[in-house]
Amino acid sequence: MSDDFAIDVQGMTKRFGSLTAVDHVDLAVRAGEICGFLGPNGSGKTTFIRMLCGLLRAEEGRGTCLGYDVIRASETIKQHVGYMTQRFSFWEDLSIAENLDFVARMYFVKERRRAVRETLERLGLAERRNQLAGQLSGGWKQRLALAACMIHQPKLLLLDEPTAGVDPKARREFWEEIHRLAAQGLTFLIATHYMDEAERCHRLAFILRGRLLAQGSVADVVGQARLTTWSVAGPDLLTLAARLQRDPAVEQAVAFGNLLHVSGPDAAALERALAPFHTPPYKWRQVESGLEDVFIHFMSRAEGESS
Amino acid sequence: MKSILPSQSRPNVRFAEVHRAFSCRRFWAIVVKEFIQMRRDRLTFMMMISMPLMQLVLFGYAINSDPRHLPTGVLLADRGPQARTLLHALRNSSYLTFVREFRTEEEARAAIARGTVQFLVHIPESFTRDLLRGQRPAVLLEVDATDPGAVGNAVSAARTLLNRAIERDLQGPLAFPPAGPDPIDLRVHALYNPEGLTRYNIVPGLMGVVLTMTMIMITGLGITRERERGTMENLLSMPARPAEVLIGKIIPYILLGYIQVGLILGAAYGLFQVPMVGSLALLLTAGLVFILAHLAIGITFSTLAKNQLQAVQMAYFFFLPSIMLSGFMFPFRGMPRWAQCIGEVLPLTHFLRIVRGILLKGNGLAAIWRELWPIAVFAAVALVIGVKRYRRTLD
Ligand SMILES: Nc1ncnc2c1ncn2[C@@H]1O[C@H](COP(=O)(O)OP(=O)(O)OP(=O)(O)O)[C@@H](O)[C@H]1O
Ligand SMILES: [Mg+2]
Repeated sequence: MSDDFAIDVQGMTKRFGSLTAVDHVDLAVRAGEICGFLGPNGSGKTTFIRMLCGLLRAEEGRGTCLGYDVIRASETIKQHVGYMTQRFSFWEDLSIAENLDFVARMYFVKERRRAVRETLERLGLAERRNQLAGQLSGGWKQRLALAACMIHQPKLLLLDEPTAGVDPKARREFWEEIHRLAAQGLTFLIATHYMDEAERCHRLAFILRGRLLAQGSVADVVGQARLTTWSVAGPDLLTLAARLQRDPAVEQAVAFGNLLHVSGPDAAALERALAPFHTPPYKWRQVESGLEDVFIHFMSRAEGESS
Repeated sequence: MKSILPSQSRPNVRFAEVHRAFSCRRFWAIVVKEFIQMRRDRLTFMMMISMPLMQLVLFGYAINSDPRHLPTGVLLADRGPQARTLLHALRNSSYLTFVREFRTEEEARAAIARGTVQFLVHIPESFTRDLLRGQRPAVLLEVDATDPGAVGNAVSAARTLLNRAIERDLQGPLAFPPAGPDPIDLRVHALYNPEGLTRYNIVPGLMGVVLTMTMIMITGLGITRERERGTMENLLSMPARPAEVLIGKIIPYILLGYIQVGLILGAAYGLFQVPMVGSLALLLTAGLVFILAHLAIGITFSTLAKNQLQAVQMAYFFFLPSIMLSGFMFPFRGMPRWAQCIGEVLPLTHFLRIVRGILLKGNGLAAIWRELWPIAVFAAVALVIGVKRYRRTLD
């Protein structure tokens, strides 16, 4: 293993009874990288992240997290990792300041009071420090949780949908921060359902039904999908979409504002299917497939395989 | 732009302590958190405080029953045939069970203080002589009356039994006139609780009952609540060791237990005038062992319960046999054999004997030791199971 990898695991597997929630997933993330973790609901993202920080015992798998054995050294890993849970998991009957103070004590943060005060100021919650955490709005809870899991300056951050319910401005600030911290050498694994966020990641891992389907930079993942996408402008796109979808070569026909994006895995078949409509008033243009197209493509391909 | 996240300029963590098997800092962090949470949860706190008071009122009326086979000892100073008759009669009684004959007064007193015998029959040296002269010899019946419900019927049964036995023995010229007084003058001496006040028995007993109920419930709830609310995931993702979490969590509960003990002792002394003969320090020490035993059960239950409701149900599941079979509701010796066997396992049974022993009889450590060690063993076993079962993961 090279020291460059903050996460380097192979064959991670977790079963719940007969369900294999995570199925032999390999993942390697370099230090200083931001890795987006994508996948539909119930695909095993949370389960995988929990295995990384020792919250669930992996049935199979090996590797390292920050250079420590991911199976055996989970107690050490916990000290150096910041884990933000998907569901708000701070104590609602403690105040904001008390929550931060508790976390700081648990991780032996030096100059604890100052660390807590500074975090409160950065969050802009200094005046509300004595308010109970349970009384915060959803987005603020998210921001508190994020700040709390970073108070001990972890080297690796495992964030499970950190920006769910956060307003656009705060989200943009959050991503700017993430990039600034990554430049300092911090590593991020961020589960998200937002495609705009996924595009801001250095690399992506796409997981579906517990299996890793694609991994790499945004361009890599889009390339691996081998999806061809055409964009069309013209009148009554809804009727056009309905007609196109009857053709098996057309996997998706999705409206984007005034445009319709039509994509399919087989470029030649798709072109044949579209040929009859290459007539005015329709204006066709081949475009790069977007991440969302790719995401849906992976999902419908999996559905096709299973049925 | 205001930054939400900290700068990563320099490490801000004391790494030296991270790997300790038990870190006082982390332990203390948990204790502080638990105290704050307990303070915020006013309703629960008030319930825990008012429960002992409410029970004191409710249990002011004792439930009477008619126990049998009360262990009886004899101090035999006279070896005449009529004294033997008495012994024989004792053996055949269903109310009293003859346990042993004591040689010395001290031996007999120690046995009654420990509770191995509840009745002590003194047959004086001059018994046969006085009896044959028709002088109505005095026989002293000493009774451990800490639990008056347990002895009332037995005392009158003993009176009839002993006199009938003598009457049967002395026939012919020695016979007593049927209309005259009883051949022996049985003097009853109720020890520890001479007036037979039920509340002397109930009020100290309540201490154990209240602690049993609240200590299991509050620990069970405290840990399942973390799981139910999802905060357990957060706690487990921190580098805390199970011992730090568990011990940190129970410290505030121990304090709460002592508040309850204080309330009951205060009420016992102030409202019910229960005598307090023995050492308070000893009582509080025995109380700690008892509290720990129940906190340990609470931890074990919390590892089994899926949610807070189940934790409460399990607390009741333990509470009911405790209150029924410990000798609190019904005199212990009035229960069938199998019930006594179960009762002997329960910490409450032993604790009731300890509390009554210390408060009413003035027992010292030597006298209560045989009741204390079973509680300690119970606590240790429950704690080992609880800590072993406490999961460090979410599986
Ligand atoms: N404790 C558990 N017991 C049984 N099954 C579980 C448990 N936790 C998760 N699962 C199952 O494992 C699968 C993966 O769940 P997981 O929470 O990892 O998905 P996810 O990718 O995080 O989904 P989402 O995007 O909705 O958060 C799901 O089918 C879920 O039902
Ligand atoms: Mg999830």
